[in-house]
Amino acid sequence: MSVAAVINTPVRHIPAGLIYMCSLAYAGWLLWLGIENRLGANPVEALEHALGEAALYLLVAGLVVTPLRRFAGLNLLKFRRAIGLSCFFFVVLHLLTWAVLDVQALDRVWADILKRPYITVGMAGFLLMVPLALTSNNRSLRWLGADWRKLHRLTYAAAVLGGMHYVMLVKGWQLRPLVFLAIILVLLLLRVRRRARPAKV
Amino acid sequence: MAYRWKNNLKESDVTSESAFLNRRQIMAGVAGSIAAGALGTSARAMGPWNADDVGEPNEWEDITSYNNYYEFGTGKGDPAKYAHMLTTKPWSVTIDGLVDKPGDYAFEDIMSKMSIEERIYRFRCVERWAMIVPWNGFELADLLELAGVQSGAKYVAFETALRPEEMPGVSQPVIDWPYVEGLRLDEAMHPLSFIATGIYGKDIPNQNGAPLRLVVPWKYGYKSIKSIVRITVTETEPPTAWNNYSAREYGFYSNVNPNRSHPRWSQEYEQLLGQGLFAEKIPTRLFNGYEEEVASLYEGMDLLEFH
Repeated sequence: MSVAAVINTPVRHIPAGLIYMCSLAYAGWLLWLGIENRLGANPVEALEHALGEAALYLLVAGLVVTPLRRFAGLNLLKFRRAIGLSCFFFVVLHLLTWAVLDVQALDRVWADILKRPYITVGMAGFLLMVPLALTSNNRSLRWLGADWRKLHRLTYAAAVLGGMHYVMLVKGWQLRPLVFLAIILVLLLLRVRRRARPAKV
Repeated sequence: MAYRWKNNLKESDVTSESAFLNRRQIMAGVAGSIAAGALGTSARAMGPWNADDVGEPNEWEDITSYNNYYEFGTGKGDPAKYAHMLTTKPWSVTIDGLVDKPGDYAFEDIMSKMSIEERIYRFRCVERWAMIVPWNGFELADLLELAGVQSGAKYVAFETALRPEEMPGVSQPVIDWPYVEGLRLDEAMHPLSFIATGIYGKDIPNQNGAPLRLVVPWKYGYKSIKSIVRITVTETEPPTAWNNYSAREYGFYSNVNPNRSHPRWSQEYEQLLGQGLFAEKIPTRLFNGYEEEVASLYEGMDLLEFH
């Protein structure tokens, strides 16, 4: 039995709902730590960053499903919707933490979106995710048919914007955000199918 | 809350009359054209020469667990985790350049010649967080006086220790190592410019820049260079670490200024640390609230251009 088969068999019995539960539990735990004042000296920043990172990890996890299937034969497709929606959930919480707890005023939120490129980029990533989240249900899937797949290619753009958002906000040449962006780009490149070139005469 | 500044009493308690006079002479001597003598006296006589609403100091735990000291990693908790690796004994500071007595000054020798006092300062990071720190230490001017600043000197350059085997963060080129900083001489001689060797009466922890670090409370935190191994008095403006990384984002002066945005974020507001999840942002003040004390240093200068 291949490694993939060894993994695929038990995975079939894990419900995708577990991902929603873990996401909710993690977000709840972070919020509880914050309210209990156990997130250190700058709890708003700690919460904001933890939520943003959770979203980035889920973003990568969502992008890794297809290459794993194609190159390793691992079938994790049934988790992909839960991963994507959980990612969106963390992005929304990240955004709310930033707007409500960090910036604290609508005019300043707006000014930041317009004037600060890393925020513009992050916000664009969020906006691209909205239609994806709204159509992540069976009814939309049936209703949109082939267009659903086209629409959900927005994921790729959102992923790049999310990775850029992180790179653009840090001070100095930091490795971590660059590694995140590199992984995202590699996962996207793996999707480019080589077209058969017309043979030269 | 206004007038929580207790240092004036302690200041006069610990600074001897002779040291006081001595400093005034030195300052008048070196700074020449700028009215440093007058500044020295007015600063002493003026009353609270800190931001008048400096407020309650942050807790020891917050001050020593949330740090930017990239030599130990870029995470806020990294310095507290790894800075214990830094050997701070023995320690000496090389003072060279335009000074009468260049050489290596052992930390203990410096301490034996300085009067240690407490300064409760507001500390504003370029990242928009702020804290209130009860430093212990001495005026930078006193240290420079020890070496004797020569005429013609215009700037003071500082350098942080660079020890790859003790500093896990320097394996990554986040910025050019070693960390360097600089001040104009009149800024360096200003009575607010301080060398901290302690916090809350205890030895300064490694993550906060042991055994001695600069504190310039009207400038963004990165000017307040940590774990100093070299001080060079020069005639020309020295290079500074963050300015080398991005001159557009980090100027030589780096005075706290709500009117001059960092290109990537506004500097109008700040988050005082230790206030919990639902703390309100507070407006940032020009020169971090020390305008009365330091604005005269920059008279006629465009603070947006020379940021």
